[in-house]
Amino acid sequence: MFDISPTEWTAIQLSLRVATVATLVATPLGIAVAWLLARRDFWGKAVLDALIYLPLVLPPVVTGYLLLLTFGRRGLVGAWLADHLGIVLAFRWTGAALACGVMSFPLLVRPIRLSIEAVDRRLEQAAETLGATPLRVFLTITLPLALPGVLAGMVLGFAKAIGEFGATITFVSNIPGETQTISSAIYSLIQTPDGDTAALRLVVVSVLIALAALVASEMLARRATQRLHGN
Amino acid sequence: MLRVDVVKQLGEFSIEASFTSEGRVTGLFGASGAGKTSLINMIAGLLRPDRGIIALDGETLDDTAAHIHVPAHRRRIGYVFQDARLFPHLDVRQNLDYGRRMNRLADDPAQHKRVVDLLDIGSLLERRPGRLSGGERQRVAFGRALLSKPRLLLLDEPLGSLDEGRKVEILPYLIRLRDEARIPMVYVSHDVAELRQLATQIVMLRGGRIAAFGGVKVLPGAAPA
Repeated sequence: MFDISPTEWTAIQLSLRVATVATLVATPLGIAVAWLLARRDFWGKAVLDALIYLPLVLPPVVTGYLLLLTFGRRGLVGAWLADHLGIVLAFRWTGAALACGVMSFPLLVRPIRLSIEAVDRRLEQAAETLGATPLRVFLTITLPLALPGVLAGMVLGFAKAIGEFGATITFVSNIPGETQTISSAIYSLIQTPDGDTAALRLVVVSVLIALAALVASEMLARRATQRLHGN
Repeated sequence: MLRVDVVKQLGEFSIEASFTSEGRVTGLFGASGAGKTSLINMIAGLLRPDRGIIALDGETLDDTAAHIHVPAHRRRIGYVFQDARLFPHLDVRQNLDYGRRMNRLADDPAQHKRVVDLLDIGSLLERRPGRLSGGERQRVAFGRALLSKPRLLLLDEPLGSLDEGRKVEILPYLIRLRDEARIPMVYVSHDVAELRQLATQIVMLRGGRIAAFGGVKVLPGAAPA
């Protein structure tokens, strides 16, 4: 039963890579957006807010198709990226990372935003009077105090990214070795005669990855909280 | 020399205050709700006046007519808040060092030692704010503001959150601060006794307007014998 085949290994490794890249690229962007939403009032804020949450409520296949229209070879952004930077996303693992990043973005942003909102603005004011520029206030006060929320957002985002299926398969299809993640591999296997055992193995693996992520986040959050308030 | 001439509307409440102070310690006196905190927030640069001028030693910090507003972080004005506002994720040493780092000032161990000795906080340096008493926290807040080498120190009821015993513990440090640190201060309080001990000049605020200005004799109540 636990004889994982090379194809399955490839899918597992690809899932981990896609989810890791998606999370690492989305995190700085997510922090910036969370800060904007938590701390600034600007024209179009409600629209930005809605746009970020859209992937959460849209059917994933719709998000995937929109990605294909935008970032596909003939898409507005996709054509430009291919012609000018030589970057092709459609039907590549990088495209899978983009799809996962977009789908997990709302889950990543929300805890970060909440934790930034919870940071006492009076501490930020105190830092200002001590000579800290707005950027340094953010880096030395706001971000460290919001760190547990950032970690929580990263883990949630990672977990979502690793399980993403609908948008990914629509945007980059299901190519073994390139875009076949654990989810799409399971999908293929259960449509194949005699694929049940292999599918079950991958199911066990994804449960283990999810559990490991949750335990890791719990530990990180506890350590971060201790670092902030303990001693 | 501190010059303030500002107008600020805050909801139903408005502040219209104009004074020039050359005293070492300017006492800003008034009941709660008189606009004391809003006024020093404007001096600190945390609140923008609707109209008017704020200038310190000849440098314009706010001049709405000329569209000048120097942001708080470039004013070099220290601020000790009523609630200390120490950074909870940094220990006392890092809190004390924060202003020096942010202003990119050179390390000055002699000054550091002077301030730490003056405030008697040498034994607290490794602790986090969460493990300090209210009085200790307030002393660290004084030290943190002083070590950023401010041109002016704003103190907003720094003893307000402390009980009588703690006030008596802190007051001597403040008097030493006034006599040794040579930094002009604006000291906000609604406590006549505190101001009488500390202030050299009084600005009395009532309902957002200046009700009296002068030496400590303008404070209400009989002068101490």
